[in-house]
Amino acid sequence: MNRFYWSKAILYASLIFYAIITILPFIWALSASFKPLEEILTGGLSFIPKQPTLDNYKQIFIEQPIFLRWFLNSLIVAICVTAFNLLFNSMAGYALARLQFPGQNLWFFLILAVLMVPGQVTLIPSYLILKTLGWLNSYQGLIVPSAVNATFIFMMRQFFVSFPRELEEAATLDGLGRLETFFKIVLPLAKPALAAQTIFVFMGSWNNFLMPLVILSDQELFTLPLGLNAFKGQYVTYWNYLMAASMIFTLPALVIYAFFNRYFIQGVTFTGGK
Amino acid sequence: MFNLKTLSKNKTIRESFSAYLFMTPTILILGVFLVLPIIFAVFLAFHKVKILGELNFKWINGQNFLCLVNDERVWIALKNTAEYVAIVVPVQTILALALATILNAQIKGKNWFRIIFFLPTVTSSAVLTLIFMWMLNSNGSINTLLGFIGLPAYNWIGDPDVALKAIMLMNIWSTAPFYMVIYLAAMQDIPESLYEAATLDGATTWEKFLYITLPFLKPVTFFIIVIGIIGTFQLFDQSYIFSAGSGGPNNATLTLVLLIYQYAFKNLEMGYAAALALMLASVIMMATVIQRSLYREEQLK
Repeated sequence: MNRFYWSKAILYASLIFYAIITILPFIWALSASFKPLEEILTGGLSFIPKQPTLDNYKQIFIEQPIFLRWFLNSLIVAICVTAFNLLFNSMAGYALARLQFPGQNLWFFLILAVLMVPGQVTLIPSYLILKTLGWLNSYQGLIVPSAVNATFIFMMRQFFVSFPRELEEAATLDGLGRLETFFKIVLPLAKPALAAQTIFVFMGSWNNFLMPLVILSDQELFTLPLGLNAFKGQYVTYWNYLMAASMIFTLPALVIYAFFNRYFIQGVTFTGGK
Repeated sequence: MFNLKTLSKNKTIRESFSAYLFMTPTILILGVFLVLPIIFAVFLAFHKVKILGELNFKWINGQNFLCLVNDERVWIALKNTAEYVAIVVPVQTILALALATILNAQIKGKNWFRIIFFLPTVTSSAVLTLIFMWMLNSNGSINTLLGFIGLPAYNWIGDPDVALKAIMLMNIWSTAPFYMVIYLAAMQDIPESLYEAATLDGATTWEKFLYITLPFLKPVTFFIIVIGIIGTFQLFDQSYIFSAGSGGPNNATLTLVLLIYQYAFKNLEMGYAAALALMLASVIMMATVIQRSLYREEQLK
């Protein structure tokens, strides 16, 4: 009994220790975002600001109106990319799983094949294609290339393959066409798969750094990761502003995560190949 | 009879039509921004590309690939990336396994721990890098903590000997929980009866872990190691932000992807950068193919 008690204590101690390691940087950053700069530079490790202030947030939102613009850019891009992905990936996944058409196997094979190609290969040619289209430095240049994702087409296909057929047959008997059946019957029932996709696609877009870095040159169009990086260059020692900006940046992802937390775990284990 | 046949033929045509309607966005977008670029990348790798003014390509045989071998910075980037992969992958795998094992025991508040552990996984690499740069600066909290326990302070960002280590530390911390979840899911599949039988035979907890849990997790461990390798090989954001794009101090944080970025978009040597990207991709794709085929075999069993 005694040994059992000790092993439990060790388990909890290690979990709590790791939880502290994980959360500490976030709490420090959060508290720094409410501290004046001098306190950050001299204060060391205290969590509670001695002179709590909202000046840092005021600075980034009011004195630097471009920060708000970056935030909105990120939001517009992430929302569009997520909406397109949910729609297009499900449509393609459904067609591959349920409809019969010439070239079906070819398309499926192609999607499986491009899944393996890492993004670095397509980076330079995509840049040149966007340049030719005149889409560099634009919203569509950020949104359209990421509007479809082979991984999630595959995931949706797997989902629809094991989806009960009877519902669709009933809908067909009721005289609904393919499009209506898909939008009114199939999509609403695919919510768990769509939820997992929402988290991954939204966060992927929200956090994406390399692609915007390559195709955007105009500060007005920057997304937050680029903006933050530009901010860092400008305010290299103004950790108070940087931490406030970081906190604002983290918030939407956290909200999405908190909201869809359950599906996140399902999604991780799914994309993890389980 | 004839009627029925045309009817079913009509139905097939209608179905093909709606299928292609459903596939159109995918075909267009994947075609223009994935399939075409892949072909284009191979083309670029064999050309000298002039991008300023009129876009212009000149065939130069395999010269780009020959240059790679003699390029000192390629070797530095390769060495840094290899070192990074060799340290980060084993450490994050073992950490993930340890965390999953502990969380898999009968523990109260499991879900809370999971939620907390996930925080870094869902936070952007740009934010994490900034927070770490702040903690790692000379008067930052990490040096203060080291001072408390009597260890020397480091100039983490400016010292070539430790800069890459700082990025390793940050990435192990932020990705281990992701792999932990995959381990946790795999652990749910281990039959409880195996443990019960082992208990009856008088096996200790450690023996059960060693002879039941570990062998059972072998395919998942392999999977985690391979996707770990694929992920770590692509390190870019952290070293870019950390070094303001230079790969410094003294090339200590120069990775292969950062080098591709520098050649393509700073020096505008796009053909050469494409050749470098193909080289990196072939390594990553080999890992993917091995993982796919072995994993499929494992699942067929």
